[in-house]
Amino acid sequence: MMEAIIIGIAKSAIRLATPYLYASIGETIGQLSGVLNLGVDGVMLMGAFSAFYMVLKTGNLWLGLLVAIIVGAIFGLLIAFINVTLKAEQGISGIGVYIFGLGLSSLLFSTMVGTVQTVSGFSPLSIPWLSNLPIVGEIFFHQNILVYGAFALIPLAWFILNKTPLGLSIRAVGQNPEAADSLGVSIVRIRYFTVVLGGMLSGIAGASLSIALLNVFQQNLTNGMGFIAVALVYFGAWRPTTVLTGALLFSTVNAIQIWVQVHGINIPSDFTLMLPYIVTIVVLAAMAKRRIHPPAALNKLFERGE
Amino acid sequence: MKMKRLIVILTLISMFVLLFGFGASAEPFRVAFLMPSAINDFAWSQSMYEALLTIQKEMGKENFEFVYSENMFVVADAAAAIRDYASEGYDLVIAHGSQYGASLSDIAPDFPDTSFAWGSTANVFADLGITNIFAYEPFSEQGGYVNGVLAAKLSKSNIYGVIGPIETGDAKRYTEGFKAGIKSVKPDAKINVTWIGSYSDVALASEAAQTHIDAGADILTGTSQMTVGAIGVAKQRGALWFGYDVDQSTLAPQNVVASVDVIWTIALKPIIEMIQKGERGGKIFTLNLANGGLKIVVNEEALVGKTIEDIVKGNVEVKVEE
Repeated sequence: MMEAIIIGIAKSAIRLATPYLYASIGETIGQLSGVLNLGVDGVMLMGAFSAFYMVLKTGNLWLGLLVAIIVGAIFGLLIAFINVTLKAEQGISGIGVYIFGLGLSSLLFSTMVGTVQTVSGFSPLSIPWLSNLPIVGEIFFHQNILVYGAFALIPLAWFILNKTPLGLSIRAVGQNPEAADSLGVSIVRIRYFTVVLGGMLSGIAGASLSIALLNVFQQNLTNGMGFIAVALVYFGAWRPTTVLTGALLFSTVNAIQIWVQVHGINIPSDFTLMLPYIVTIVVLAAMAKRRIHPPAALNKLFERGE
Repeated sequence: MKMKRLIVILTLISMFVLLFGFGASAEPFRVAFLMPSAINDFAWSQSMYEALLTIQKEMGKENFEFVYSENMFVVADAAAAIRDYASEGYDLVIAHGSQYGASLSDIAPDFPDTSFAWGSTANVFADLGITNIFAYEPFSEQGGYVNGVLAAKLSKSNIYGVIGPIETGDAKRYTEGFKAGIKSVKPDAKINVTWIGSYSDVALASEAAQTHIDAGADILTGTSQMTVGAIGVAKQRGALWFGYDVDQSTLAPQNVVASVDVIWTIALKPIIEMIQKGERGGKIFTLNLANGGLKIVVNEEALVGKTIEDIVKGNVEVKVEE
């Protein structure tokens, strides 16, 4: 019995965490280079719509994913152009991008699709051998490919950020752009790279909803997930591993509150719905004692001294 | 200078022509419609939008005009829009959501020549002396009951999952009806209810559906626009779905057995007639099975298909008495 409960909740939590992981890791890399992007939710919506539309028209899931990545990259370029080249205020311009993505995806959906429809998305893929492991196999290795991708992204991001010259440049640009610049690292090029990469990952985050987990599109499908993804970056202290912990914690508590209700455990639904937020506040308060500093140049313009 | 004056005069003339020149022809009936989600939400807002389209078709575009504002989930935004519409002289402003009541009771007294309508509610604020508000209220529990009876007949596991938004209003009434319908057929049924705390969180609705199916449910139902996520899961995992608000069968033709279709025209048509006769409000319209305000749309593909499948698979044995 206990085993079934753990498996059920953990499977749910892993599915729920998937879109957050893509979006949060993208945002982490962007913020480490000094760019705060609050437009994540808008880019996710555009990724979700474009992937959904391609799959609806062609039935080709990989093409859908590819288009979501391209659309995400285009939005990333737009954000980078506004923040890095035009040097706009990052917080405000991010909200602008969010509203633009929300509006455009709703408009395209209304004109090109019109009504809610379902598609056949990525179905669960059992990994040979690993899926036969007790408990762990059932939880982790009967998921769809985009879930595997999200979890593979964590060690990959950790490795790039901490063990490669590129990662060093990204962090240098975010901590001390003047020093990085004097050493010949192109601030503009690095920030364009991280923000476009973040856009691509947000695009995949959206696609993971519309063609893998939910297999539908609706106006404002993400329902503010992109903002929680940004919050998870702070929660995770700009480290991929702690971002993962945060995403799993948030989604586990959500999975538990659903589970408690489905199994008719007699707690008022109003209380169970508060759980994820109570836990988040408690953990944040507990973490406040840690000395964590955001990247020094986050949300600051870089003006090269001549 | 002369040019400027000429433009001003021409503008004034054209305004007079527009105002009085066509005054002789009958004015169309003008409706403004505010909703918390979108006209294609496959639920609450779409059903009202379809009703307005139906009325427009019947009365003709020249006699019936309507405009709408989508995504008015922030009540303060909605209140501003209601006031704007009222001051633009619409005959009827429909605030489609029970969250808009307080705003309406504030605004309506300032526009005595405009009628307002809202729901689901039975409150027209007569106690505040307001006379220009109509209310409409579907008796969702009746539709829920019919869905419940059908569900109980089709379920093998006798476990049912309800995915509701917030435990209030329409959603609560529908759920109570659904439970009562099942219990009338199978008193020992296990009905699990989840309230996900949102009308729009598709991801959470989808996860709730997964959890219900994991817990053994073979029949799912729910209300509001977030349920499209749950219908997607029902389709993927082969559970049956019972819909509400609009006919949801096109989303999953083999899974959606029946939907309770809310026919808002049953409330809207008499409201329009009353306004045309010079009455402004004060009346409550209920939508139920008796007056045709609720309709059960059975999707034969799912119902017949499922019954045949049960016989083929041997789940049901059709006995013949010799």
